[in-house]
Amino acid sequence: MARIDGGNYTALYKQEGSAEVITVAPFYSDKFQVNNQQFLNFTKSTTKWSKQNIKPIFAESTYLQQFELSNTEDIANQPVVNVSWFAAMAYCKAQNKRLPTLDEWEYAARASASHIDGSRSAEFRERILRWYSMPASAGLPNVSEGEANYWGVHGMHGVVWEMVRDFNTALVTGESRGDSALDKQLFCGAGAASAVDPSDYAAFMRYALRSSYTANYTLNSLGFRCAKDL
Amino acid sequence: MLCLIIDLGQGTSTATDIRLNIEVQLMREEMIMFDNVKQAVTLLLIAAAFMSGNQLNAKELPIEQAVLTAAPHVPPPITRDYSARMVVNLDTTEEIGRLADGVKYTFWTFGGTVPGSFIRVREGDEVEFHLNNRPDSKMPHNIDLHAVTGPGGGATSSFTAPGHSSTFSFKALNPGLYVYHCATAPVGMHIANGMYGLILVEPQGGLPKVDKEFYVMQSEFYTKGKYGDEGLQSFDMEEALTEIPDYVVFNGSVGALVGDNAINAKVGETIRLYVGNGGPNLVSSFHVIGEIFDAVYIEGGEMINRNVQSTLVPAGGSTIVDFKVDVPGTFILVDHSIFRAFNKGALGMIKVEGDDDLVIYSGKQDDSVYLPEGGAIQTITQNAPPPVKAASLAQRVQFGQRIYQQNCMACHQSNGEGIKGAFPRLAGSDYLLGNPKKSISALINGLSGKIVVNGESYNGVMPAVNLNDEQIANVLTYVLNTWNNNGGEITPNNVAEIRGGH
Repeated sequence: MARIDGGNYTALYKQEGSAEVITVAPFYSDKFQVNNQQFLNFTKSTTKWSKQNIKPIFAESTYLQQFELSNTEDIANQPVVNVSWFAAMAYCKAQNKRLPTLDEWEYAARASASHIDGSRSAEFRERILRWYSMPASAGLPNVSEGEANYWGVHGMHGVVWEMVRDFNTALVTGESRGDSALDKQLFCGAGAASAVDPSDYAAFMRYALRSSYTANYTLNSLGFRCAKDL
Repeated sequence: MLCLIIDLGQGTSTATDIRLNIEVQLMREEMIMFDNVKQAVTLLLIAAAFMSGNQLNAKELPIEQAVLTAAPHVPPPITRDYSARMVVNLDTTEEIGRLADGVKYTFWTFGGTVPGSFIRVREGDEVEFHLNNRPDSKMPHNIDLHAVTGPGGGATSSFTAPGHSSTFSFKALNPGLYVYHCATAPVGMHIANGMYGLILVEPQGGLPKVDKEFYVMQSEFYTKGKYGDEGLQSFDMEEALTEIPDYVVFNGSVGALVGDNAINAKVGETIRLYVGNGGPNLVSSFHVIGEIFDAVYIEGGEMINRNVQSTLVPAGGSTIVDFKVDVPGTFILVDHSIFRAFNKGALGMIKVEGDDDLVIYSGKQDDSVYLPEGGAIQTITQNAPPPVKAASLAQRVQFGQRIYQQNCMACHQSNGEGIKGAFPRLAGSDYLLGNPKKSISALINGLSGKIVVNGESYNGVMPAVNLNDEQIANVLTYVLNTWNNNGGEITPNNVAEIRGGH
């Protein structure tokens, strides 16, 4: 795993009642996304998370469908996708790890190859955006192909979307244009206040995707990596 | 209701029996007593359920699958005179497509096309909308239909993750032509990538009949590369923020409405264009060169303006224009913010076939010397220098450049590369360089019909250019000696020969 030093960052959405600048404590992050082989091994040892045994409330019918569509050897090193948040949580727990929090993930993801915070670099942003604007129909790369950032964490951008533990706290509604003035009572204080940096399109897209799924969803381009306390 | 209670109370009747028994039971009505309250309540509930079920049945609308079409086609007019429940199934996709010749772009679409599928419903219809986000999408999407009365125009109810499907319903309360678009964060990018289309809510009784209907939607694209830069281009956020697009197009790509893709019509037909503007930023000054709109449904609503030359189409807005085509020829659709048309792609064509009507349009009838102040002017200009004749090849090129800038550049462009699909290139043109005499003739006589230039076919009209032999020789010599063309000289005698030959 890679050690991520603690630090401050400005979240795209200011949480209700929280400070604008968020302090992230140091933590360990997996260097790579969990790949298909690793997840397959997990379902073999913990069979209740296998395709055959999974309870329908924990994952949709497309759960792990890549193993039905491809040879396992061909996709062994690709990031595991079509995996639900429940399953991702269980996987990390089985490794004595956990999913990173949204703040941890966003903090680690803003590191470019050379800087802890690359988010002000237009070139870094553009590179991130380029992935978002390519269709997902092309096959996934192997997890090792993801570029390493300042912390030695690979493929935070340009491989797949990644799950976080509290994916549903920064709430973007389906009507994103109303998000700057959400009915906060309706959303129990979890709603987003106005976005801090509206030109950070890539972050907008991640928040939008996170709000579009629920914990049982299994998406073609959504994977995960685990984190751990120091 | 009372009769039913009695009947059901007997527990043996069928529906037919109920009817037959009604009269008998009515007579016995006063005598009926319920011996226990519980029974009465039960029976009342059964009866109430029966009645309310009937009411639901009465309100249920016939179900129809909406016909969806890709631009420039429009689903057929709705002829029924009652409301229906229209079922719309629309996919959101992310796919690589053609933005211009040699230029590709990752479009996000409704229905696999840019603009998205045309939806046609009738005022009063209930629309059951299924938004399906394909499994290979990376993004969540939703849809905001401006025809919807309700929060977000449907966006709140249709937010859909990849590989999922959302359903919502709305009633089409207001007739008109409405834009729909994706409203998922970042909204601007979803629109800039192609997520918009039109939905027509036809008024009850329909719109006035026309011969042909077409779907035209303008929009802009902001790419990393400049206009025409080849390869797969990605979205440029900076350009989008500053609202300086590389492409302004009709129906999703440069050339989507020209050449073989042009709209076709016959003389005498009435044409209706459903025109939308997806934006994301620019307002369109929609104009058809050589036509006057007989009727414009202003902003796609009910108010009609007549005899309009250019009409504004707001970003996220629409217009409906009707016009009769009286004479044959090619009529060019443009955004009359004109650099968008000739330099960024906002150009389409309507080709009208049929017989000339020389009263309505004569063509060029006469070309004569213009002497605004009569013969007297000749004495005043006696001392003026005679027209300059080029004395050398270099001079011919120099004089030709001025003529080119005044007469040719608007279409063929300052770099001689023309506009793909509309105006052929002159730089490195096999058509021109292979036989410059054909070009002399084109300048003298004009040129129309299909030609092939460097493998691209063009089917347009170039008008005859009113230049004398010397000027034609100069401008062609300029063209032959510019943009790495292979040189050569055209002399006034060459021109005179060809002019004499005709």
